[in-house]
Amino acid sequence: MINLEVPKKFEPLVDQAHTVAVEVLRPISRKYDLAEHEYPKELDMLAALIDGLDDGGGSSGAGAGGVSQAQSNGDGGNRNGSNLASALSIIEMCWGDVGLLLTMPRQGLGNSAIAAVADDDQKQRFAGKWAAMAITEPEAGSDSAAIRTTAVLDGDEYVLNGEKIYVTAGERAELVVVWATLDREVGRAAIKSFVVERSNPGLKLDRLEHKLGIRASDTAAFILDDCRVPKEDLLGSPEIDTKKGFGGVMRTFDNTRPLVAAMAVGVARASLEHTRELLAEAGVEVDYDTPANAQHAAAAELLELESDFEAARLLTMEAAWMADNSKPNSLHASYAKAKAGRAGVDIALRCVALCGSAGLGEEELLEKWARDAKILDIFEGTQQIQLLIIARQLLGLTSAELK
Amino acid sequence: MMCHRSVLQTRTPAAPEHTARRAPRMTLAQQGTQVALRGLNRLARLDLIDRAGLRGVAERLVYRGTRSGFRAANAAGRSFAAVQKLGKPARQPRSKSTGSFDITPTDEQLMMQEAVGDFAMKQLRKAATDADAKCEAPSDLLGQSAELGIAMLGVPEELGGAFEERSAVTSALITEALAEGDMGLAFAALAPAAVSTAIGLWGGAEQQSTYLPEFTGDNVPAAALAIHEPGALFDPFRLRTTARRDGDGFVLDGLKALVPRAADAELFVIGAELEGSGPALFIVESTTPGVLTQAEPAMGLRAAGTGEIKLEAVEVGSGALLGDGDAEIYRECIRLGRIAWCAMAIGTAQGALDFLIPYVKDRKAFGEPIAHRQAVAFNMADIAIEVEGMRLTTYRAASLADQGRDFAREAAIARQLCARKGMQIGSDAVQLLGGHGYVKEYPVERWYRDLRAAGVIEGALLV
Repeated sequence: MINLEVPKKFEPLVDQAHTVAVEVLRPISRKYDLAEHEYPKELDMLAALIDGLDDGGGSSGAGAGGVSQAQSNGDGGNRNGSNLASALSIIEMCWGDVGLLLTMPRQGLGNSAIAAVADDDQKQRFAGKWAAMAITEPEAGSDSAAIRTTAVLDGDEYVLNGEKIYVTAGERAELVVVWATLDREVGRAAIKSFVVERSNPGLKLDRLEHKLGIRASDTAAFILDDCRVPKEDLLGSPEIDTKKGFGGVMRTFDNTRPLVAAMAVGVARASLEHTRELLAEAGVEVDYDTPANAQHAAAAELLELESDFEAARLLTMEAAWMADNSKPNSLHASYAKAKAGRAGVDIALRCVALCGSAGLGEEELLEKWARDAKILDIFEGTQQIQLLIIARQLLGLTSAELK
Repeated sequence: MMCHRSVLQTRTPAAPEHTARRAPRMTLAQQGTQVALRGLNRLARLDLIDRAGLRGVAERLVYRGTRSGFRAANAAGRSFAAVQKLGKPARQPRSKSTGSFDITPTDEQLMMQEAVGDFAMKQLRKAATDADAKCEAPSDLLGQSAELGIAMLGVPEELGGAFEERSAVTSALITEALAEGDMGLAFAALAPAAVSTAIGLWGGAEQQSTYLPEFTGDNVPAAALAIHEPGALFDPFRLRTTARRDGDGFVLDGLKALVPRAADAELFVIGAELEGSGPALFIVESTTPGVLTQAEPAMGLRAAGTGEIKLEAVEVGSGALLGDGDAEIYRECIRLGRIAWCAMAIGTAQGALDFLIPYVKDRKAFGEPIAHRQAVAFNMADIAIEVEGMRLTTYRAASLADQGRDFAREAAIARQLCARKGMQIGSDAVQLLGGHGYVKEYPVERWYRDLRAAGVIEGALLV
């Protein structure tokens, strides 16, 4: 039966995440926006709390750590599971601060990759560790099949060589999941991911980026210089299977795209809510019964932004819900990511304009949210990549036909 | 055959005044040129009429125009009378939410969706072009839609209705399925359902037993919920149509716009400002003296035979007022109407998307299908994303309505999104077909017109 409200059983989780956002994240939001590259030590205690919740059978973490496709749906009934729970708590946390969420210990994208493709032994060995993800290279961003970092088997170890950039939480994490190719001639099928200890001497931190937004989150660049990795730290199968291609590594993204969409939804909601308050102070309030054209232009604009926000939020929940119910959600995950990514930027930027100097000034957080929002339309697949994924599925075209 | 309003009533502003007002600084030479062009234009127009042998047609149009000024509404309308008496109003029970997030319709909803969808795609789609041109829905199709039970969705079982529960979601799904076939014909088919749903939801025992049984039989009356009024910046909460108290009854005066099946409707529910109270709904039979109608063909939704309804000192009894004039009921009516228009936009937008997919894959330019180009493919992706967003916001509003929770915000948001994105999808669809999108050989230009209309009209439909 159709019902698109937050499930009753997740209401305590949402409340809890919101409390954390209000009590822990918002108070230090500006501090770490200004103090880029400084470690937010306030988060250590919070991370321990979140771990405790997870161990206690709490349905989800605050980040990308716990999501994977539901294994089965035995009774055939409707399921509200960890994907939806994660999306909902991420919305709340990012209403607090998206940069801080991205640097939440043990909730990295690498954790998600491990959860999605690691075998039992690997899961056990890497449990409880904070894992970052290293895909992008200076010459390969969205086109991740074009990566040049190589992995060569030498005895019981792979030797990795190359350069990785834009590694979120790369400095702070304990593990880095590195994408490398076993054979550059083969293409996608030869790309494998390797779990590299952050302390590995072959993994050299080159620099930390200075960014437009999400400054609380460190973004690292690494040089892999004869970096030796035990061969059992390769995730998934070491075979080069040209038929399966990208399957394993890309599967991670079907689960994480809705979560990045959730981040955009959280930031957008922060902007919208505060703009609504400031507009009310200025004497403008939205009346939902009166047609937009018969209201103040600012109220009409807020209504428009709110409608895009709501579409983005529900698309995000839908994609997560599909994952929980073992419905293939690659298409819907991209719907969510594309809509939330662009709506988040549009909403945050237009809220700045609606609030004037309060929107632009650093006294308020509106300008920060507008800067933070932009990354969410870029990482985990840019807007354009999402549109490609959607269009290829919609039109039944291959990547050779629709380039 | 084409449909027209009144040719005589088409007003052309007097040209010299117009020129003087709009271009006061025009040079003499420019003015001379303009006058000459205007003269030439006028001459050419007359010439064209004769050359094309259209003189007779033009004269007939003038005749038709004169005839189609305001005239009495359907005077042959049936007389409504209570067959059985109800002790108290019958209400369909609301469905209970499980409290879980779920996007799967119930089995009953899926069955209805399938049956109505099949009818829409096979019958309505086929009849759409002709009905659009004639401004009229074929009566056999309207009969078939009644057989599907569309007009009795909101009729309680005690009065012959077939649906156990009251469900705005079910109505939205059915509206969407019908509009996927054709929005104009869907409008015509759904117009009586708005009236029966209104009386089912808010009618008293007497009103229900008088009117509702008629909507469950073979011969469902044409009926319309008339809220919209002429003029820019129309606000359904600031109606110009008035209801004055007169003894036990009321006297209604005013003008209603874009009323579906206005000419043959036998029953109206009309929104009017009740003096000293606020906007309220009144049941008005078409045979009541002072109820006049005139065709009002519009850009879109032409198959529904839209018209104006003029109320000239229309006297109705105390039993005409729905829901005791409760302001909350009127608000609910407007909100449910907005959800219905969202469902219309979703159906047509989905129809457009499904039509576009094979088109862009077949159509070749520069040696390959245009679908292989990002400019085209990304536009297709955008349409798919927005249709899904429209659907989710609309379902959420409808589901909240079913749960008896406040849905003013959700209805407004869904309407905003569906009006804006629906219009964009209509425009994109024509654009993707290029010249083919602009000609009537393809259905796309009709969707462009209908999708604009769906974002404008208030009332006339309910979920």
